[in-house]
Amino acid sequence: MFLLSSEALDPAALRQRLQRPDAGALTVFEGWVRNHHQGLAVLSLEYEAAPELCQSEGDRLLADARAQFDILDVLVAHRTGHLAIGDIAVWIGVASGHRDTAFAACRFLIDEIKVRLPIWKKEHYARGGATWIGAE
Amino acid sequence: MTVPPIYGLVLTGGRSSRMGRDKAALEYGGRAQADRAFDLLSGFCERTFVSARADQAELPGRAGRPQIHDVIENGGPAAGILSALRTHPDAAWLVLACDLPFLTGDVLAALVEQRDPARAATAFQSGNDGLPEPLCAIYEPAFLPVLEAFLAGGFKCPRKMLIQLGLPLLRLPHAAALDNVNEPAEFDAAAAKLQPLAVTVRYFAALREKAGLESESIQTLAPTPADLYRELSARHGFTLAAGQVRVALNGAYAPMSTPLSEGAELIFIPPVAGG
Repeated sequence: MFLLSSEALDPAALRQRLQRPDAGALTVFEGWVRNHHQGLAVLSLEYEAAPELCQSEGDRLLADARAQFDILDVLVAHRTGHLAIGDIAVWIGVASGHRDTAFAACRFLIDEIKVRLPIWKKEHYARGGATWIGAE
Repeated sequence: MTVPPIYGLVLTGGRSSRMGRDKAALEYGGRAQADRAFDLLSGFCERTFVSARADQAELPGRAGRPQIHDVIENGGPAAGILSALRTHPDAAWLVLACDLPFLTGDVLAALVEQRDPARAATAFQSGNDGLPEPLCAIYEPAFLPVLEAFLAGGFKCPRKMLIQLGLPLLRLPHAAALDNVNEPAEFDAAAAKLQPLAVTVRYFAALREKAGLESESIQTLAPTPADLYRELSARHGFTLAAGQVRVALNGAYAPMSTPLSEGAELIFIPPVAGG
């Protein structure tokens, strides 16, 4: 399942949704908001998505992951809106029978999210000003 | 050697004698063709100017735009090219007639991509007669002395100058792309062919902020998302080149060269930064 959320992500609740008796492994990746980028002190981030397109691309991405890896379940949640340092920007969980496929699928998902999903990030800097990353 | 920047020049100095009215102001899809030519050029040029005679400065298609006025009289298009090269001799000039209603951005993209700055000019081969097309061509700084010599010798036809230069000519992406329109009957036929499409464009993130809009419904003659993006860039001042953005067409990613259709919904996607 792919979720876009304007609310804070709750990792315990997300993890709960993947629990199943035939899973022997759960790999989780959390992307956090950090306080620096290329030498600049970052105060906060804004994420903006093209919602319908992001949902359909997200669904397609998860279908690709299921086709490519022998996994049991997968959940990706991505934030939109204004995030503070330390907030979870993206949460990925992959449940599978064994650890190798869980790790591989998790890695695949975060790499693909970064290039495929219509989500943009604006960094607000301590020195003032803000930039849409990659787009200005 | 550094490659000269490309400046754009829309030629509007013609007398429109066969048309019987100012060709620059002729409208296709509700937009004067000189304005459309200016927008098209702006997407490929560092600076863009309108070439006109001094007495045309306040006419539609020229007023309010940066202008270069002819420095010689009755020189035809060569006067416009000469005036531009004299005004900014360190720039290469992408010169465009204003009366090319079938011209699309991909043609200019092909011209710019295949430009050879080591030659005096880069030009297409006409889809009709195989000769050089002088009025959708790039003239390098080295063309100025050539042009002055031709004019001094009594030649003022840029096509003949290009023939004399013996340039290798580029193949046009579409054979009819540079068909021009000189007479009222040709205008009526072209206007009937060029029916604008109604499309909706949604903006997000950097483009939303730059456009100051979340979405807009527009009428356009742009045949593809790439052409539409260039048109919108000229209108809203987008700084990302068409090659740096992707498009979602009716809810799914599609090539920027996909033909547009009536009622299409587009989202232009600047480089993404999720995760």
